[in-house]
Amino acid sequence: MNWQWFHRLGSPRWFFEKTDRWLPWLTAVTLILLLVGTVWGLLFAPPDYQQGNSYRIIYIHVPAAFLALAGYYVMAISGAIGIIWKMKLPYMMMAAAAPIGAALTFVSLVTGAIWGKPTWGTWWEWDARITSMLILFFLYIGIMALQNAFRNQDSADKACAILALVGTVNIPIIYKSVDWWNTLHQPATLKLTSAPTIHATMLYPLLTMVVAFYCLYALALFRYTRVEILRRERRTRWVADLALGIRPGDRPRTQKQDTEASE
Amino acid sequence: MQSEVARGSRLASQGPLRATLRRDLILAARHPGELANPLVFFLIVITLVPLGISPEREVLAALAPGLLWVMALLAALLSLDSLFRSDFDDGSLEQLLVCGQPLYFVVLAKILVHWLVTGLPLTLMAPLLGVMLALPEGGYLVLCLSLLLGTAAMSLIGAVGAALTVGLRRGGLLLSLIVMPLYVPILIFGANSVQSAVDGLPSTPQLAILGAFLAASIALAPWAAAGALKVSCND
Repeated sequence: MNWQWFHRLGSPRWFFEKTDRWLPWLTAVTLILLLVGTVWGLLFAPPDYQQGNSYRIIYIHVPAAFLALAGYYVMAISGAIGIIWKMKLPYMMMAAAAPIGAALTFVSLVTGAIWGKPTWGTWWEWDARITSMLILFFLYIGIMALQNAFRNQDSADKACAILALVGTVNIPIIYKSVDWWNTLHQPATLKLTSAPTIHATMLYPLLTMVVAFYCLYALALFRYTRVEILRRERRTRWVADLALGIRPGDRPRTQKQDTEASE
Repeated sequence: MQSEVARGSRLASQGPLRATLRRDLILAARHPGELANPLVFFLIVITLVPLGISPEREVLAALAPGLLWVMALLAALLSLDSLFRSDFDDGSLEQLLVCGQPLYFVVLAKILVHWLVTGLPLTLMAPLLGVMLALPEGGYLVLCLSLLLGTAAMSLIGAVGAALTVGLRRGGLLLSLIVMPLYVPILIFGANSVQSAVDGLPSTPQLAILGAFLAASIALAPWAAAGALKVSCND
């Protein structure tokens, strides 16, 4: 079996050069989807029969919450790949995923609070889902703090990967227990809408926004990872060449340079 | 000299679990002052509650189950930093890592000793503090049982955090930061079991879930902590 493709995935340089070609397309798709979803959701979707126009924050709130959760798994799986196959690139992706995930969790908490004020009459409620999102935010903060605490990059990566994996085991437990805690204390006094389903005219813009946010997440992840690559690989020749604007073919390569670059 | 060798080989034949257990218990017994610190902390914060909130018995009784659990959690959290610290500082942790014994049992033994000198005394002291906080009659047995299971699970989960931060110079605050979110389920079920007992409801389900947490963390936490110790010692 040919495993070359797999090992190439671990090369930061390969990733950097590939994403260089993908990024313009991804940016274009993301912008179009965001534009379509926002305009559709904010201007053309009908107002809610109970909440009026205030429900429209759902088009930011729900996609952000989706990605905040999915982002933790992106981070944890990257960390696991890094630990198992000892690859550099997944560690860089893990380091990049933490601040993005924390930002999305923060956005979903803030938009939730803003939405809660007109609908529930309160900025903050110790509802099960809000509380679990807050704990998810703390988990992200912990990973970021740990990443910054180590002087040695390699140790920081491994430590964060372990913590992310421990967190992964815990997230379903935390969710279930918070859910259980809440239903015991205050049996469902708050419901978002009395109707269990959402009408198609509201659903399609929402789905567009969810896809747009997934693209936006990929875009942010790629861009943060690229910065991380440049920061960590700044001593290699290919990054120096990139910074000086030297194209790969311009410099006559010798054996010595090749080994230097691969180090 | 001969007897030293004989003792060494006897120590080795005991297996990593018993040998580490013995060594750490002796070390703990030689520093009795450190053992009292979490207990004194527990006592002092409980004393602050009536001063800060209200000395009325009804108010205290309503808050007691949750407060006792939160304070016990904080006391256990503050003692975590010492779990691997002195071994890391004097280099014996590296010796344990390279000694060739299964690391899982070595770490499990260290956690067990940590629980014996912090979690268990906290559990035994909790009823006394319950009296001070006017905890209603029905709650004492469940308070002890839930803390017995809960502090053990907290020592195990906290060991992962302690192992991750032991190499850092100012790891104490970071340790609390990364471990506290992981304690949320234990706190929820622990405090709730006491509340149920006080209200006259059955509290066996909560205790069973706490037991399940303990079982799962015995299986997984020493393993993760061992991996984390390897990372910390290479830093």
